[in-house]
Amino acid sequence: MQTVAFWILAVGAVGFGVAVFVVDSMARATFALLASFLCVGVELLLLDLDYLGVLVILMMIMEMLIMAVFMIMYMMNPGGLMPMTMVHNHRGAIAISVAVFAALVAGIFRTPWPARRGTVPADPTFAVGEAIMGPKMLVMMVIGIAILATMIASVVLATDRGRYDRPSGGKGGAK
Amino acid sequence: MSEPTPVWAVVALPLVLAALAYSAAALDTAFRAGGGPAAPLREGVRLIVQQRRRTLAPDVLLMRIGVISLPTAALLAATVIPLGDTSVWDLPVSVVWFNAMEVVAWGSLWLTGWGVNSAFPLIGGYRFLAQGLAYELPHMFALITAGLGAGSLDFGDVAAAQDDLWFVVWMPVAFAVYLLSALAMTFWGPLDHPVADDLAGGVAAELSGPDRLLFFAGRFALLTVAAAAAVPLFLGGGAGPWLPDWAWSLIKTCAVLAFLVWVRQRFPVIRMDRFMTAAWMVLIPATLLQTLVVGIVVVN
Repeated sequence: MQTVAFWILAVGAVGFGVAVFVVDSMARATFALLASFLCVGVELLLLDLDYLGVLVILMMIMEMLIMAVFMIMYMMNPGGLMPMTMVHNHRGAIAISVAVFAALVAGIFRTPWPARRGTVPADPTFAVGEAIMGPKMLVMMVIGIAILATMIASVVLATDRGRYDRPSGGKGGAK
Repeated sequence: MSEPTPVWAVVALPLVLAALAYSAAALDTAFRAGGGPAAPLREGVRLIVQQRRRTLAPDVLLMRIGVISLPTAALLAATVIPLGDTSVWDLPVSVVWFNAMEVVAWGSLWLTGWGVNSAFPLIGGYRFLAQGLAYELPHMFALITAGLGAGSLDFGDVAAAQDDLWFVVWMPVAFAVYLLSALAMTFWGPLDHPVADDLAGGVAAELSGPDRLLFFAGRFALLTVAAAAAVPLFLGGGAGPWLPDWAWSLIKTCAVLAFLVWVRQRFPVIRMDRFMTAAWMVLIPATLLQTLVVGIVVVN
């Protein structure tokens, strides 16, 4: 059952990834990419990485929808009314991507994977975090908060004088 | 909660969700138009038999995905919300899942607005995206505050942590922000900018027939889920005297849902640029302070 789900999702992830470059509308390309990411997120759920899986789903939906705005804004053919293509240097790109894909797949099969030692930890997400960050956890957490503060501060500064804003310096800017 | 999900729960979930969403629709009709309890049913039947109106060169696939994903997301969000202490899907990070499914509505609205290839729906869809972070960040911090108070992101654990004192009592700011941002996430009442009248109906302007029915049913379902999530998050879950805990969950959900529906007819649509400023300047700092207070209490 799990294996079947894995393969369906794996094929789905790759298939939607291919679709990104096949469809002739930026909106469809954006959401094909989102669908591909969602397949990956559910794969993580299959691995019992609950938190990471759900977080990937949450973040990818938010991120791709913000991305949709920019992808369509910067596209040469935003409306999708004229034929458009997502690729440049078509033949070269295919050659390069096939070569990279083949190299990665060869790497997967040629790597001597170690046998599993120990058992699955009670909280795999926690274990992954500790394995990756280890003693630098405090630094990472401080940086995380600093990034958040920077984001909020920059948005607050950017919204100071919008198109519909009251003139700045007026009383009670927030109301 | 470790035993496998009972079959009746899987069957009951869509029925309960549909019944609550229908009640919300009926209450809303009664408030606003004075119709009887059968009014939403009549409207639903009318929409089912209505012939679809087509716009020029729509992207039907994207539009259908947008419309269908709205009720689907509501149903998926409902799977993790415990009724009493039984939820259909026993996920350890159910609060995050609930939030992820709420955010699906961004995609639903944008896809619907884009797909029909018409100006007002398109503007409505972009409105929701542009406002999205201002809605989502306070919402997320309110959810995190409740999770922090319980030390868990599981609805069941959060509800269980309120045996002594409901979170609404000592996290009133988070609760208020949750309700306000829930209105925004379900584009309801004073925050229904994506489907507002000043856009001639916004995202839903060109929807007709079954599409329109699914879209608005999805919105009521989303509102219902948002109300239902407030119960384990802030209102003690199924705790209450005399009645079984599932009954208390339902009663509290109905109360929150009725309040959210009432808000729509009581308050006018607020200007979204002002709400955006207020969200960034007031709501986010307020929720952060609330989180800090809860964090200090938890550490002590």
